[in-house]
Amino acid sequence: MTRALRFTPLLLLLLVVGALTWRLTTPADTAVPSRMTGQPVPTFDLAPLVVGKPGLVSADLASGKPRLLNIFASWCVPCIAEVKVLDGLRRRGVEIDGIAVRDRPQAVAQFLARNGDPYARIGGDSESRLQISLGSSGVPESFVVDGRGIVRYQHIGPIEAADVPVILAQLEQVR
Amino acid sequence: MTAEAGLAALWLAAALAAFQLLLMVLALCSAVDVQRAMRGVAMVQGALTIMSFAMLLLVFARTDLSVALVFENSHSAKPFMYKVAGAWGNHEGSMLLWVTVLAAAGAIMALLSRRTSGRTLVAALGAQAALALGFYAFLLLASNPFARLNPAALEGRGLNPLLQDPGLAFHPPTLYLGYVGLSVAFSLAVGALLTGEVDARLARAMRPWVLGAWIFLTLGITAGSYWAYYELGWGGYWFWDPVENASLMPWLAATALLHSINVLAARGALKAWTMMLAVIAFSMSMVGTFLVRSGVLTSVHAFAIDPQRGTFLLALLAIYVGAAFALFAWRGATLKEGAQFELVSRESGLVVNNLMLSVILGIVFVGTLYPLFVEAVAGAKMSVGAPYFNAVAGPLALILAMLVGVGPLLAWRRERRPVLRRLTVPALMAATALALTIILAPDMTILSRLGLAVAAFLAGASILPLIARNPLRVPLATWGMVIAHFGIAVSLAGMAANAAFTSEKLAVARVGETLRVGPWLVQLEGVAPVAGPNWTAIQAELRATRGEGPVLLTPEARYFTDPPTETGEAAIRTFWNGQLYTVVGKPDADGGWQLRLWWKPFVTLIWAGGVLIALGGALALVGRLSLFRRRRPSADWRKERYA
Repeated sequence: MTRALRFTPLLLLLLVVGALTWRLTTPADTAVPSRMTGQPVPTFDLAPLVVGKPGLVSADLASGKPRLLNIFASWCVPCIAEVKVLDGLRRRGVEIDGIAVRDRPQAVAQFLARNGDPYARIGGDSESRLQISLGSSGVPESFVVDGRGIVRYQHIGPIEAADVPVILAQLEQVR
Repeated sequence: MTAEAGLAALWLAAALAAFQLLLMVLALCSAVDVQRAMRGVAMVQGALTIMSFAMLLLVFARTDLSVALVFENSHSAKPFMYKVAGAWGNHEGSMLLWVTVLAAAGAIMALLSRRTSGRTLVAALGAQAALALGFYAFLLLASNPFARLNPAALEGRGLNPLLQDPGLAFHPPTLYLGYVGLSVAFSLAVGALLTGEVDARLARAMRPWVLGAWIFLTLGITAGSYWAYYELGWGGYWFWDPVENASLMPWLAATALLHSINVLAARGALKAWTMMLAVIAFSMSMVGTFLVRSGVLTSVHAFAIDPQRGTFLLALLAIYVGAAFALFAWRGATLKEGAQFELVSRESGLVVNNLMLSVILGIVFVGTLYPLFVEAVAGAKMSVGAPYFNAVAGPLALILAMLVGVGPLLAWRRERRPVLRRLTVPALMAATALALTIILAPDMTILSRLGLAVAAFLAGASILPLIARNPLRVPLATWGMVIAHFGIAVSLAGMAANAAFTSEKLAVARVGETLRVGPWLVQLEGVAPVAGPNWTAIQAELRATRGEGPVLLTPEARYFTDPPTETGEAAIRTFWNGQLYTVVGKPDADGGWQLRLWWKPFVTLIWAGGVLIALGGALALVGRLSLFRRRRPSADWRKERYA
């Protein structure tokens, strides 16, 4: 076996290790920004779902103040944990509107009575139409909407205690 | 205390590995006989590591939330089996499993290996300890599985729901046994290169290890392939995903090694090549581990992405593989090739097998890492996928599968008999298959058509070594070979049938609507919410009919609460001639539901073939081991001690 042949594996290894080192030191950008960020909220008009609580119209979101728009459902288990965190946000002065997806009035009323009610308004989205046009793929999901009705931030999954500072910072930023 | 005991055992094992390394240097530089000390230390090191892993299993079984790893990856509400499986469903735990297998393999080698000379064994155990030492350092310095959490958490953070599956309990440990079993071949090759004793004895010592590791790799890949197939969104039974390739590459190298090692054992030839393959096979295992654990390549499997850990693993890989390659460059010239052979012989058949497997390995390796090179050199992002691999590796694999039918018929050294005449019946089978596909399915792709023809040929040709022999007197190793080669034919038939005959239906259906897929009529009867211990789901009720009585299927779209993740649970029904595969997706705005339906004729053959290949390997292993038992010399090192 010639010397060149014997040293070929070593050289190939150097090449591969070199390329892998380069990849490790310059990580690829994998962040996927939300499609809705910077877009106005689609026009909608959701009827009230719970007695004594107004429904939700797209004009309500352009109230001059930043708001949190929360997509939830009474049949969604993570929402039970999330709604308590949202109640904490409400007590700190955040205005929260809810969209109940594929839900019945009775069930929503029970859900709020049992777990707390942080919502200023609740619209019923019985066929997920608004949910889909908002680009939301699951429940729960939340949007930070600025005073002119433009989506500034999308949060996928329940808002947990650890997410509260991020949400507050986002609300502060668009004020 | 349990966690601390595990950590202490790990530190002790690391110290013993360092001591083993010292013993090896001592043995190579002087005439001191350290064999007994080396065997003893290797066994204790293995026992300590197994104890450490047992401690990890214990804290996971108890859901001890004062251990950070348990808090991150477990949950009190999780079924018990997944609590235990959670121990290796994360980065730290899986690396501990890896090093446990590594040390246990070293201990078993110390306990049982009597085929090589004492010097080579000492050098091999030293090399094995050097491998273990690096991974101990990785665990202890960069990913301690036993780190405590103070104060203890009240509830765990769950486990990736994709991993909450029986596949997890079986797939990674099996693959690891395969990956790490190859470390013994690596260590024996390094040891033999150091002492210069590359001969038939070494090949016989290495063979059971390669065979054993290869069986586990085959099973692991088969199980992983089925897991990826029924776990939705992972792209069918084979996706050419970087991490799938990472398990395929050691398998290809081990398969080549398995064949070349026979030439070395029987004829003393192909020395340098076999040593190189033994090094490459385990190197590919390390590359595989690196790819999964560092997340350098975008993959569905990259669960633990941490560049710092990636750097550590890359350094280990560079050191070990670099050292082995350097040793090969230094000592390779001293290897004298053994017996000569003629152009038409078993040896040259095995050489062709090795060349083709190596080329396929090269194709997969280049394809997997190519995007990286392109981005490093040209800055462009690109991806290499199934079109490249199927088009380049597919035809080569078909040619190889055809030659698999011929090779076992050839005699060692020189073939004078008219071998081709024996292949008449298999050739007729292939021609029949070809004619049938042309008549019955004129618009099949050429690769599937040839796949079915080659499968028919190989199915016939693979059993020829048994023809005209008394089946009871055929050695087990030959039975193993025949069954494994037949398994390739079965698997190939499944892949070709799946590619050619699958019917797919993607549609939005309202309740009550009926869809047609293949021979089936599938009606959406209803959609209902259901709940499990830690998830809620939307469940579709499907009623499928084709002539005989109806079949009910209930695919689900699941929502896991902790951590929040959505998964699809496909409903699959297996029949003798195929599988009906159904998935429910998201609702649309008008009250319809996304349904995906597949009818996949004979798809199960793919995995049945994989199991047959592993079974063949197991028979060969049993045959090799019992053959050895009869020939074992009476001078046993353990008896010697008390003599």
